[in-house]
Amino acid sequence: MSVDEKTVRRIAHLARIAVTDEEVGPLGAELNNILAFVEQLGTVDVSGVEPMTSVLPMAMKKREDAVTDGGRADAVIANAPETEDHYFLVPKVVE
Amino acid sequence: MNAPVDPKKLIKGGLHDWEVVIGMEIHAQVTSKAKLFSGAATAFGGEPNDHVSLVDAAMPGMLPVINQECVAQAVRTGLGLKAQINLRSVFDRKNYFYPDLPQGYQISQYKDPIVGEGEVLVDMPDGTSFTVGIERLHLEQDAGKSLHDQDPTRSFVDLNRSGVALMEIVSRPDLRSSEEAKAYVTKLRTILRYLGTCDGDMEKGNLRADVNVSVRRPGDPLGTRCEIKNVNSIRFIGQAVETEARRQIAILEDGGKIDQETRLFDPGKGETRSMRSKEEAHDYRYFPDPDLLPLEFEQSFVDELAKGLPELPDAKKARFVKDYGLSTYDAGVLVAERASADYYEAVAKGRDGKAAANWVINELFGRLNKESVGIEQTPVSADQLGAIVDLIGEGVISGKIAKDLFEIVWTEGGDPRAIVDSRGMKQVTDTGAIEAAVDEIIAKNPDKVAQAKEKPTLLGWFVGQTMKATGGKANPAAVNALLKAKLGID
Repeated sequence: MSVDEKTVRRIAHLARIAVTDEEVGPLGAELNNILAFVEQLGTVDVSGVEPMTSVLPMAMKKREDAVTDGGRADAVIANAPETEDHYFLVPKVVE
Repeated sequence: MNAPVDPKKLIKGGLHDWEVVIGMEIHAQVTSKAKLFSGAATAFGGEPNDHVSLVDAAMPGMLPVINQECVAQAVRTGLGLKAQINLRSVFDRKNYFYPDLPQGYQISQYKDPIVGEGEVLVDMPDGTSFTVGIERLHLEQDAGKSLHDQDPTRSFVDLNRSGVALMEIVSRPDLRSSEEAKAYVTKLRTILRYLGTCDGDMEKGNLRADVNVSVRRPGDPLGTRCEIKNVNSIRFIGQAVETEARRQIAILEDGGKIDQETRLFDPGKGETRSMRSKEEAHDYRYFPDPDLLPLEFEQSFVDELAKGLPELPDAKKARFVKDYGLSTYDAGVLVAERASADYYEAVAKGRDGKAAANWVINELFGRLNKESVGIEQTPVSADQLGAIVDLIGEGVISGKIAKDLFEIVWTEGGDPRAIVDSRGMKQVTDTGAIEAAVDEIIAKNPDKVAQAKEKPTLLGWFVGQTMKATGGKANPAAVNALLKAKLGID
């Protein structure tokens, strides 16, 4: 599997990362190196092996249905560059 | 999917008849106190960003911990849809950027949902029913809310809804008309409300539908579909289907082709339009959420929840038909809301089931609808209505007087039996008194008496006069019998 320039631009756009034309070529090469490295894993025979989701066999932690949080709008918006009446303000996005 | 085509459901185009094929994704907000992965409240409204934990705001380092009640609610819903419950399911990240999605991804379930295939029995207004296949149900997070009309250059974002649990319920493309689509959502909503897993409040956005619509010539393979996003009322679902089907038919009959795309329904303009901006975002790059282990539970957990399920509408309807001798139509009306069914049963208990149904459906529901009052706020209690039904059954009041009595109880309240006593509403069954009234009317109207011999339908006029003379309190059966005898009508 290898990525071409078009794919590099597409991935960058999906991740909202601004990539200049000069960067596209070298980035593609880097990504292809990484993919080639990962592809080595494909040589291992894993037939009949269950995918591992956790190093230790453990059950997912669950919560009771109780309101234990909230009421901290000041903290929630503390880092926002722009706010009004406890709303986050962002550049206008309209469908 | 290729059931015989019913010609009545086809849409007439300019050139051909077309079959519309509809499948739906329903987003139902899970009824719970706290959110799916945080301890913030799910309550509607609230001050901006007040029902928000740092998990919901996606602050760095915050980790999701699942609310087990949301899991139970999804399982209950699956059981109510007679569906496969998966003892192991997986949460995935669905990646896209939008200001009201602070994580940059929605935690959802992709390959391994909590609930698999099931079905819904849908009732049509004409009394027929059909089955819609359910493909899956999965749990996911709701997004926040953006307001675009507060400022010319800024959108306002409130994350109160962010992270609230949703169930996405995906149907098979088994629907063939806007009527069927509406009936399906109506029935699904009823089931959810019975189960108590979603309140079904479409005005608050707690139940919304993405409607997939395609058209084809009968017998052809499925056409290209368009998805109409976020339709938020049952009426609009019907309109959106009709509008979109006609748009597609017009394109196809002009020799064009349908582009698979996401569209919005504008009820004001009565049209659907493309949401091109979303197109590119369709690469969601799902992958298992590394913050969450697979969701696993034992069959015993499912069995326990199954034991606690209420009687569901289909079972209740069948029981009403069997135990109370109701028509399927009346039974269907009564079970549409659990509160209505409970009310009816309280009235019907120990009484004539049909009479009780007539009074609940015609008088009570009629009046509630007229005043736009819900059954929960009815001013006439089941006990009061039951007493009215009893008074008719015992022959104490006539059906006509009973309506007046209902009116009094509705506006003034009180014990119906006491009202009948204190206001002299008892019907006159004393034949002597009725006979006196009948004789007087006959004496006053010799011409009508003569006509009645030729034209027996005039009997109705005499009955009316007698009822009027007795203040509506005469027993109608006695009046009829007496008049027939005296007028010589068989």
